[in-house]
Amino acid sequence: MVFSPMRIPREDVRATGWTPVCAYADLLPERGVCALVGRSQIALFRTFEGRLFAVGNHDPFSGAQVLSRGIVGTRAGEPTVASPMHKQVFSLATGVCMDDPSAAVPTYPVRVAHGTVEVGVG
Amino acid sequence: MRVVVVGHGPTSSRLVETLAARGFEGRMTVLGEEPRAAYDRVALTSYLAGRSVEDLTYPVPEGVVLRLGSRVTGIDRESREVTTADGHVEPYDVLVLATGSSPFVPPVPGGELEGCFVYRTIDDLDAIREASAAATSGVVVGGGLLGLEAADALRGLGLTTHVVEMGGWLMPRQVDEGGGAVLRGHIEALGLGVHTGAGVKEIVAGPDGRVAGLVKADGETVEAQVVVFSAGVRPRDELAGPAGLEVGARGGIAVDDGMRTGDPAIYAVGECALHDGTLYGLVGPCLTMAEVAADRILGGGAVFARADPSTKLKLMGVEVAQFGAMDGALDVTFTDPVSGVYQKLFVSDDARTLLGGVCVGDATPYDTLRPFVGRDLPGVPGELLFSAGQANADLPEDAQVCSCNNVTKGRVCAAIAEDGLTDVAGIKAGTRAGTACGSCVPTLRRILAEAGVEASKALCEHFEHSRAELFDIVRVRGVTTFSQLVAEHGAGRGCEVCKPVVASILASLGNGHILDGEQAALQDTNDHFLANIQRNGTYSVVPRIPGGEITPDRLIVIGEVARDFGLYTKITGGQRIDLFGARVEQLPLIWKRLVDAGFESGHAYGKALRTVKSCVGSTWCRYGVQDAVGLAVSLELRYRGLRSPHKLKSAVSGCARECAEARGKDFGVIATERGWNLYVGGNGGFTPRHADLFAADLSTEELVRTIDRFVMFYVRTADRLQRTSAWLEQQGLDHVRKVVLEDSLGICADLDAQMERHVAAYADEWRAAIEDPEKLRRFVSFVNAPATPDPSIAFERERDQVKPVLIPLEAVRS
Ligand code: SRM
Ligand SMILES: Cc1cc2nc3c(=O)[nH]c(=O)nc-3n(C[C@H](O)[C@H](O)[C@H](O)COP(=O)(O)OP(=O)(O)OC[C@H]3O[C@@H](n4cnc5c(N)ncnc54)[C@H](O)[C@@H]3O)c2cc1C
Ligand code: SF4
Ligand code: FES
Repeated sequence: MVFSPMRIPREDVRATGWTPVCAYADLLPERGVCALVGRSQIALFRTFEGRLFAVGNHDPFSGAQVLSRGIVGTRAGEPTVASPMHKQVFSLATGVCMDDPSAAVPTYPVRVAHGTVEVGVG
Repeated sequence: MRVVVVGHGPTSSRLVETLAARGFEGRMTVLGEEPRAAYDRVALTSYLAGRSVEDLTYPVPEGVVLRLGSRVTGIDRESREVTTADGHVEPYDVLVLATGSSPFVPPVPGGELEGCFVYRTIDDLDAIREASAAATSGVVVGGGLLGLEAADALRGLGLTTHVVEMGGWLMPRQVDEGGGAVLRGHIEALGLGVHTGAGVKEIVAGPDGRVAGLVKADGETVEAQVVVFSAGVRPRDELAGPAGLEVGARGGIAVDDGMRTGDPAIYAVGECALHDGTLYGLVGPCLTMAEVAADRILGGGAVFARADPSTKLKLMGVEVAQFGAMDGALDVTFTDPVSGVYQKLFVSDDARTLLGGVCVGDATPYDTLRPFVGRDLPGVPGELLFSAGQANADLPEDAQVCSCNNVTKGRVCAAIAEDGLTDVAGIKAGTRAGTACGSCVPTLRRILAEAGVEASKALCEHFEHSRAELFDIVRVRGVTTFSQLVAEHGAGRGCEVCKPVVASILASLGNGHILDGEQAALQDTNDHFLANIQRNGTYSVVPRIPGGEITPDRLIVIGEVARDFGLYTKITGGQRIDLFGARVEQLPLIWKRLVDAGFESGHAYGKALRTVKSCVGSTWCRYGVQDAVGLAVSLELRYRGLRSPHKLKSAVSGCARECAEARGKDFGVIATERGWNLYVGGNGGFTPRHADLFAADLSTEELVRTIDRFVMFYVRTADRLQRTSAWLEQQGLDHVRKVVLEDSLGICADLDAQMERHVAAYADEWRAAIEDPEKLRRFVSFVNAPATPDPSIAFERERDQVKPVLIPLEAVRS
């Protein structure tokens, strides 16, 4: 069994304000991964067209750290992820829950630099 | 107020149900002679096909005092009390007689011999079943509706069966001579002996003193060890006469339009009541009487109007229907001797007003034309018969569509409009239409369609198609990716509803591993990790244990794996073992150990075959008649990995004691002396349903072929997340039987081939995953720290095992 780890030292968070987390190629279209930045869990998604989004991994409804494992899709054109626990749908752009706008998850800046995905947490 | 009801049959049951539903506040006591609560007598025969008593029994409203096995022997109108055979005295303010009828046994010599029965109660059926076990042939006296039903039952019990009817043709009360002749053709084709115009001279005994045969008036002897009398019924009015209540010349307790007897404190309802010179032998009018009496008891003024004696039934697969009058100035007949169809309409002399009709073999005109009885016909009579199938006749608002419950089209339409109903189930709940004999359900469907409320079939905002339509598109066009499908037939990029549906369709049609390429992104979370997510974000692991059979060595492996990874272990309700609390990054390591020991994925995560449970069967059990475990193992191996609209469950029992609970499964198998009985459409869960008998006494080969086709037809045509139970209700058991057993759609070869492809292409999903580094890359908690466990996951201990620590919801929300 082979894993191809990309260890990112945590100190980077403060140093640059941008934390590199993985290679862009590690992200599959319409699927998420989770990155651990400090104590924060960040869910990263790559849409079909190749755009990236980062939101909190914490599902406010179940309390579990699972949003990165949800199904990615669109609702009226807006990119979304559905919680794998009980299927509430969140906007990837705003973090607001489209089924219950009283709930929301944080969103984070995300960019690709030289093929590496970086999140703006720091 | 104390209401006492004598008799606990369908009518009595409807009476107390109506009183309770309308908030009656007094005391309700029911005294019933049978040892059990009221059950659906109309469906009595299904008891022999395996339906349970519980299933047939009506619910008893709260607060009703039920005294069973309690026959009332006398009414004292003076002191307002009734007395039972066991000496119990019950005082009343209002007494309702709902004593029904008893079968009429003609006074023929030998009629009391052992081996002679009637066909009315569950006890009768138990006795007939017992006697049939040692018999080879049977005869039914009476070729009417109930007689033919009894004959079918005897045939179902494996007896060579004859019907002896005194009249000139079968079912003389429902069909005319021409219809009787066509009906006879159908019945004989099923292997029954039919004797019409035949009186009974005597029943003769054999040397053991039991019935050995029936001698007809013409001297011919019909050999039979079981004789069932079904020569009509007589109202049970025996309490009325001695109490001084009026009884009709030909029986029946006389009542007025409010179901009241001569004594204002006493009502009579159901088959025992004589209204306006008429006795009713069908459940519909009886239930209406119950509702009228209930209304009167509550102080209302409801009246019972002469009821429509129309009937539509299906006997041994043959539709027979009669409505309105059975004669008229003119009649139009359509006969198709090849398919055995006979349809006749009776009309007024100007050929404009419909008076009645008779159908045998195809009762479509009953559904489309019955509401027009007494009205102007919506077309030329002959053409109406020819086109009855697609007759789009607009029913008038006041036409009665459900005669059992006296519901008009107007009421159904109003309920649809006001309550926003979208399906037959809603109409049933809202109006009661369709809840008794069910024969009006096709009409209800048509009204729904007419009202234009056909529920949208669109899967979601991305596809306007239903799942079944998408399945056909994918299959016929050979689509292999979601991207192609959504680009050509949908919009946007899909969602949590359509993606798993398409994933399942692609998997059903065999498109390789579910985590291959783009397919991976379509999978629901559980499928994506080949495991079931738990409340704290960990997963459970369920190895397949076919048929529930497992060797000690394999049990030990499971135990060792669970111990080494600190997993919570539990025996599931599916006869296997679930290991809980694995983190994503542990899943491949756990499965490596399991796969090496010979385990495979149990697909607990997939909408796919779950388990085929088994009982120990004939190998060990002293009652078993077939090898239940062997069959269960082979079925589980055959269908493992098959993706379907919803999960699929099965079970095999080694004898009728049914220890494996096969009748609660999507397809269940119960061993018989001669092979296997197949039951389909069972369900536990939210809406429990007992499975229907689909085919009996199949060889193993026939059984497997039938299940193959049944399952594949379901996979092709069911809606998303629709279990076989709901699907079967929607398609109709008869339709599915025709498709699967008679190949009515000509698709069986295709279904067979599709199943063969599935069986040949099966590969263990977990083995393929642990052997592929690409797939394994997803099994990490953190993309940037693959070896780090998720710090939010914590456990405490309970009963010597782990248990997830729950994060309080308030803490989470803030
Ligand atoms: C583990 C088990 C309970 C147990 O500890 O015994 C179980 C556990 C779950 N059941 Fe079940 N069911 C289990 C036997 C049953 C049974 C009994 C049986 O199969 O004989 C039933 C009733 C029979 C039936 O399905 O008709 C049953 C009816 C359901 C239902 C309701 C289905 C329905 O048609 O109404 C659901 C919900 C659903 O599927 O939509 C459900 C869903 C679930 C889910 C998948 C809920 C979820 O999404 O997390 C549970 C997750 C299992 C896991 O994490 O591994 N489970 N569940 C049983 C696993 C059996 C197995 O070995 O595969
Ligand atoms: C095999 C079969 C198939 C049928 N199929 C159809 C069909 O397809 N369509 C249709 O419309 N109808 C059908 N019927 C007729 C239908 O079942 C009856 O119309 C219906 O049962 C009448 O209900 P009831 O409550 O009036 O009488 P019953 O069902 O006869 O109930 C009366 C009850 O009162 C009890 N009782 C009688 N006297 C006393 C007493 N003195 N003290 C205490 N209890 C007493 C009896 O034991 C019985 O349990 C069928 C009947 C049978 C037997
Ligand atoms: S179903 Fe029959 S064979 Fe199976 S265990 Fe029960 S009694 Fe024995
Ligand atoms: S006509 Fe019997 S249920 Fe409607």
